[in-house]
Amino acid sequence: MNARLKLFLPLLVFLLMAAVFLVLEKRMGDGSYNPSDLPSALLDKPLPEFQLSRLENAQSPVRKADLLGEPALLNVWATWCIACRAEHPYLNQLAAQGIKIFGVNYKDQRQDALAWLDRLGNPYRFSIFDVDGRLGLDLGVYGAPETFVIDADGVVRYRHVGVMSERVWQQKIAPLGLWPKLAGRKNDV
Amino acid sequence: MANAVADAAQYALAIPELGHFALLLCLPIAALLALLPAIGVRLQLGQLMASAKQLALGLWICLVVAFACLAYAFAQDDFSLALVAQHSNTALPMRYKLSAVWGNHEGSLLLWGLILSCWTLAVAYSPQQLPLATRARVLAVLGGVALGFLMFIIFTSNPFTRDLLGPPLEGRDLNPLLQDIGLILHPPMLYIGYVGFAVAFAFAIAALLEGRLDAQWARWTRPWTAIAWAFLTVGIALGSWWAYYELGWGGWWFWDPVENASLMPWLAGTALLHSLIATERQGVFRSWTVLLAILAFSLSLLGTFLVRSGILVSVHAFAADPARGMFILAFLGVVTGGSLLLYALRAPALSSPNRIAFLSRETWLLINNCILALSLAVVLLGTLFPLLMNALQLGSYSVGPPYFNALFTPLMVLLLVFMGIAPWLNWKHNRIAPMILRRWFIVALCSALVGLACAGWMSARYQQAFSVPAAIGLALASWLALMSLADLGRRLARRGHGLQGLRELAHNYWAMLVAHLGIAVCAVGIVLTSVYSQQQELAMSPGQIASVAGYDFRLQQLRAERGPNYSATLGDFTIARNGVSRQQLTAEKRVYHAGKNVMTEAGIVAGLWRDLYVSLGEPLDDDRNQQRWAVRIYVKPFIRWIWLGALMMATGGLISAFDKRGRTRGVVSATDYAGSGQAT
Repeated sequence: MNARLKLFLPLLVFLLMAAVFLVLEKRMGDGSYNPSDLPSALLDKPLPEFQLSRLENAQSPVRKADLLGEPALLNVWATWCIACRAEHPYLNQLAAQGIKIFGVNYKDQRQDALAWLDRLGNPYRFSIFDVDGRLGLDLGVYGAPETFVIDADGVVRYRHVGVMSERVWQQKIAPLGLWPKLAGRKNDV
Repeated sequence: MANAVADAAQYALAIPELGHFALLLCLPIAALLALLPAIGVRLQLGQLMASAKQLALGLWICLVVAFACLAYAFAQDDFSLALVAQHSNTALPMRYKLSAVWGNHEGSLLLWGLILSCWTLAVAYSPQQLPLATRARVLAVLGGVALGFLMFIIFTSNPFTRDLLGPPLEGRDLNPLLQDIGLILHPPMLYIGYVGFAVAFAFAIAALLEGRLDAQWARWTRPWTAIAWAFLTVGIALGSWWAYYELGWGGWWFWDPVENASLMPWLAGTALLHSLIATERQGVFRSWTVLLAILAFSLSLLGTFLVRSGILVSVHAFAADPARGMFILAFLGVVTGGSLLLYALRAPALSSPNRIAFLSRETWLLINNCILALSLAVVLLGTLFPLLMNALQLGSYSVGPPYFNALFTPLMVLLLVFMGIAPWLNWKHNRIAPMILRRWFIVALCSALVGLACAGWMSARYQQAFSVPAAIGLALASWLALMSLADLGRRLARRGHGLQGLRELAHNYWAMLVAHLGIAVCAVGIVLTSVYSQQQELAMSPGQIASVAGYDFRLQQLRAERGPNYSATLGDFTIARNGVSRQQLTAEKRVYHAGKNVMTEAGIVAGLWRDLYVSLGEPLDDDRNQQRWAVRIYVKPFIRWIWLGALMMATGGLISAFDKRGRTRGVVSATDYAGSGQAT
């Protein structure tokens, strides 16, 4: 390339970057992009179909149908995700109260993930092993941790981006009324 | 008497108005500072050029007054200011009331402006013997930057906005994450660094405009860059230290977008410092040096944009406001776009005529520069990739630590290897004596042995399988340390009067030695912490003992306590090793009253060789006694070395900044600058 033209490269790269920012700013302005409160594209829509294996057993296939029948949480997690560690104790607590939680082990190593569950406890009925993030992509996952609330028919009722906590449960998930008995009891405490 | 009190109260009420007025006054002053000296240079009017000094002083005074008034409003709980009402609280201790001034969007921007004016003032009155026109150009560029920033503050983020309709009685509260000594110091340090790169940037633009960029130019620019770089280093280290003890996860770096935003200017600044040295000593890499100066400051602005526009999700993100985002984007476009255009048009005039020899020091500085630039690109791409995909509507992506670790680590390995070699090479010469190669080989052998031995010892101590990455990492760190020390020994031997020779070595040499040893220390910390940290998460009730890495952590008692603006549960632990009780620590969980925020204050016994770290999770039983808690226990070997190393790097930066040669023009020795043929 011409040496003089090469000097324009940094400018070119910068202009491309600026264009990206501009598009995002525009989309933030009209509300179609909001990084901190990503409304799920799947809200009130059924979960996508998928066919993957279980984290616990590579031979055992798992499909959407395996998640249905009862309201449940679908929690996207990974061992590389620090915030997942922060929310893990609370998930254990929820599971102990009888809430059905499925995990989506997202872009992770099987050995690491199993060791993590061994060490920290396993709140999940089972975890879906989503090593290349295909299910995550269909779900529109921005990053771990994220938690989807699905009802008995597999319809996504709520999506929480970030760490699950008592507060999220009380303010966002309990009011959905999917666990009437439990929500009531918690409120008494 | 009552009258006097009422009068005083009225004056107090007027103080924010005074601050507001001072802030508005900054705008015309900055505009004049950007224009008058530049016109003076154009028309060759000495008086106009000299006016830059007074204007810089005026700008500084106005910003000091504005900042002081805002601080006063915070100290006095003046809730008629919306900013104070939202970010402070009557119950807040005084030191946090004061740090709350910059614990929010508007105030932190005002601090940014204040620091910029401090740098501008320093350039205006520095003892450097700058030609009048050069100083005028540099100050005009700084004035332009200040003008843009002040417009941003005044039009989108005015800290003096009143909220007279319903000022709350007690105020909301400062985010409890920010009520902490680490966070009092972290932003100012970081900003001094960020904004300091504006000076190097201004020198670069001035040089491009003037069409003259030589060794002398590098000599003027380097001290400013070194000071800014040192502060940025400390700022990043403080942030990492804060995240370590405050977030309760025992991690020290998370590749969070905002952390990356501070790392990128640091990488660019590090490359710039080294490139400046080559330009100063040999007159080479001029165009590259200028580009780095533009990049370092642009990346600082980019960091500001990413944080302030709310375009990214991050623990640091403040409230998103599209108007602010657009404004900073426009500002970034003018500053970066404009300067890169200027660069593309003017850089051909700067090309270095020198051909450089492959085995010379400048070549290896350039190689390391390229590695730094590459790591910068890796971080930039990882940070912006999710945004790019989203802008193109290709779906949402997340880029996690695996990406950064996989790409960043190998680059750092190369950097460590080459860093050891570069100081041994001579400027310009293309020759290495076989004897020197033999010494390198011996050092390499020793480093390998040190790496193997230390990794073996650590594996035995922490009862883990032998770790090859740890051995490699330690070998690299000792390679860098031993090569640096061996080079020192060689230089002393060459001078031939033993330790007397220590005094004869140049400031710059010491600066490099300290900073490079700092890198080695930091590398040891990173490697050992990453490989040998042990952790356990478990439920504990008083009296119970948990064993981690040979330490027995015994939970003595749980107790409740009330702080000034929070209530807390405290867990007292004693730690024993081999049955001997040695240390005590207290981990704490706080609930802040105003926002009902829950905060973890980890209990840490810090040590040079290991940190013992306990943080309280959640109460596990729903009964009111709350006698069983989830507890996280960590043993983190050598983690202090990371920050110790960073402090050494910053010390190196400061030593080099106060090198005599950088300040005055008089003492340029013929031998030192023999290669810089184009100098003045």
